[in-house]
Amino acid sequence: MAGEAESREATWEGPVLRTEHLTRVVDDRPLVEDVSIAVELGEVVAMVGPSGGGKSSLLRLLNRLDEPTGGTVFLEGRDYREIAPRELRRRIGMLLQQPFLFPGTVAENLAFGPAARGELLATETIAELLERVGLGGYADRDVSRLSGGEAQRVSLARTLANGPEILLLDEPTSALDEAAQLGVERLICNIIRQQQLTCLIVTHDPEQAERMAQRAILMENGRVVESGPMSEIKNA
Amino acid sequence: MLSRLFSDPLQLGIAQAAVTILLALAVVYVARRREVHLERETLISLLRGFVQVVAVGSILVLLFRGPSWSSVFVLLLMMLAAAATSARRARDIPGAFAVSFYGIVVGSGVVIALMTALGAIDPRMESLIPVGSMVIASGMNSNALALERFRSELTANVGYVEAGLALGATPNRVVVPYVQAAVRAAMIPRIDTLRALGIVWIPGLMAGMILAGSDPVYAAIYQFVVVGMIYAAAGLTSLVATLLIRSRAFSPAEQLVLGSQR
Ligand SMILES: Nc1ncnc2c1ncn2[C@@H]1O[C@H](COP(=O)(O)OP(=O)(O)OP(=O)(O)O)[C@@H](O)[C@H]1O
Ligand SMILES: [Mg+2]
Repeated sequence: MAGEAESREATWEGPVLRTEHLTRVVDDRPLVEDVSIAVELGEVVAMVGPSGGGKSSLLRLLNRLDEPTGGTVFLEGRDYREIAPRELRRRIGMLLQQPFLFPGTVAENLAFGPAARGELLATETIAELLERVGLGGYADRDVSRLSGGEAQRVSLARTLANGPEILLLDEPTSALDEAAQLGVERLICNIIRQQQLTCLIVTHDPEQAERMAQRAILMENGRVVESGPMSEIKNA
Repeated sequence: MLSRLFSDPLQLGIAQAAVTILLALAVVYVARRREVHLERETLISLLRGFVQVVAVGSILVLLFRGPSWSSVFVLLLMMLAAAATSARRARDIPGAFAVSFYGIVVGSGVVIALMTALGAIDPRMESLIPVGSMVIASGMNSNALALERFRSELTANVGYVEAGLALGATPNRVVVPYVQAAVRAAMIPRIDTLRALGIVWIPGLMAGMILAGSDPVYAAIYQFVVVGMIYAAAGLTSLVATLLIRSRAFSPAEQLVLGSQR
């Protein structure tokens, strides 16, 4: 599968993902302002901060779902505006708070990303992906009959089916109850570790941030106000 | 009764209009008794409608005396007006007027040109203009329905659209269900019209033709022809307009701009 760590070219030595003065202003209001951060290969970074601080807005910029009004992003040293948006979004996968599964079966959802590039996702690969998110045998289930936790796992598997190098997670467990939350969180941790994915995760839960990430970035009013180990951020 | 009193067609027309106005006023009176107030709106609309019809009638009289190629310009003017009208419904869509105009020109224009060339529409102005205007009106309605539906589908499904984009799909691939919904929504009234043709839908044309002395069976068949053309124009227009608006809903970097508040 395209996303396996061994198939990746290991030529780039600097940070996998780096933003330079990244800014987005809408109607004279800065949602993201002058954000310059760097994330190393395999690093898991938590994004924390008050509601409305610009965490989701920053993630959308990294996936280029929104256009920056200033600054830019470098993916392995390359300005991301030089990369076709589709290719960029395949390489930088994004998982949202809600799963947004397309009507149909679980298998159809997993096959969506590859199909968009004209690739067929093999039945074995689908089974393997589902196994990995703890949903073995779910391929032919209708997505309308999944629980919230199951749907979010399918959404994760759907993103993984694209073989991303970087994973952006925007409060991936906050819509779930506590038991499902821990389950999905553990799953994500395992997958990140196994596949050596670089990962940015937005969370409101300081404990979750501590469990999952090595480092945290604190955002307030669209700006990065602190960056460092979780213990330091918490005391701020 | 009226026709015996007035032999001159103009006088007869005015008398018939007067009776119609009385009917409308009676309705206003009844509504008023039930405390539903329609006076102002009804009076203004009656007056406007009457003046418009008389003006259009007079212009048509002048036009029918002109060379037959001038009907092309008349139809084009109608399409412009139709595009402006339905674009007003979708004001917040960028380029709604251009999209509507192209949609209506392709949808209605192709149908009118083709059917005139085949002889299903009499190329003389007296029939080309009224039949053409019905086809254009159909394009106008379906254009507005399709644009409105497409926009509301996108707005309601921003999450799915962006989930699709985030998975690396093209905008065109992502909006397939909403294009389908928009075109279908625009076609439903036309399909219903076809289905209930003989029962519910006996509009101006057939009545007019019978009154003008055509064979009723021919008038009925021609009614079917017109409704068929209206159907075709609705389908083409809604398809073209939706496909055109589809590309305007996204930025060059394949970001959703229409429907999202971002
Ligand atoms: N299109 C927009 N136009 C104007 N303001 C916007 C737009 N989108 C988001 N915002 C505002 O930008 C600010 C940052 O929003 P964002 O969703 O990035 O915050 P967040 O840190 O993710 O918050 P939360 O933790 O509640 O998810 C908010 O005040 C929000 O209202
Ligand atoms: Mg958010």
